[in-house]
Amino acid sequence: MIPLSWYVILSALLFTIGVVGVLSRRNIFIILMSIELMLNAANINLVAFSHYLQSLTGQVFVIFVITVAAAEAAVALAIIILISRNRGTVYADEFNILKG
Amino acid sequence: MMNKLIFIYFAVVILTSAILTITRRNLVHSIMFMLLLFFHIAGLFVLLNAEFLAAVQLIVYAGAILILYLFVVMLLNVDRERSAVRANRFWPWMVGFGIVIAGEVVLLIARGMFPAETDQPMQLAGTGVKELGIILYQKYLVPFEIASVILLVGLVGAVMLAKKDVKE
Repeated sequence: MIPLSWYVILSALLFTIGVVGVLSRRNIFIILMSIELMLNAANINLVAFSHYLQSLTGQVFVIFVITVAAAEAAVALAIIILISRNRGTVYADEFNILKG
Repeated sequence: MMNKLIFIYFAVVILTSAILTITRRNLVHSIMFMLLLFFHIAGLFVLLNAEFLAAVQLIVYAGAILILYLFVVMLLNVDRERSAVRANRFWPWMVGFGIVIAGEVVLLIARGMFPAETDQPMQLAGTGVKELGIILYQKYLVPFEIASVILLVGLVGAVMLAKKDVKE
């Protein structure tokens, strides 16, 4: 049998890769995809605990997380299209119009 | 033993494709590695007796969200990406912090104890989809409705943001 801690460790490593991607990349698409990576890490955690605790509640919450991820991707990509139309760039460190 | 080998295969592919996703220069390559990652996460869900969620993962994530990313990447002109700098100027710090955080978390989890260490498959009749539907539509009905409102907001918001202003 697979210990529960293996799933939790895998999920923690995947979440850390997502955090590093958000903090270090310039391209705004990669930043959004790193957020998706973090959501998937949380999903692995929820499903693993749902299996080991013999309860379906975790799987219900994975459905909600996927719903929120879909809505977030749609709105965020619309915002990216708008920004790149107005500013002509997709790099996060060039959006500095508010900088004093 | 077989299950452990399958898990190790899935974990290695998931972590490798995640690292490749956040390091590739070409956006389309990143999205393809993301697709590989979603397929292997679906396999992990099958390993955990969550077949319905594996199907939802493939249909919604791989089939809808990634295609949306691919469309937007191809709509925008990203030719500059071939020569642009990939990471911002703090990236060695961020990678160092990431390694430290990952080491700490792995150490904490590996030394901790989890009380729920059974490997009995869930006692469900059928595939578990019926039980999932019953619990979703009875116990979690209000969050389900709120999720549908979130989807509506996403739909209207995306259309409102991305459409061009038409001057009369």
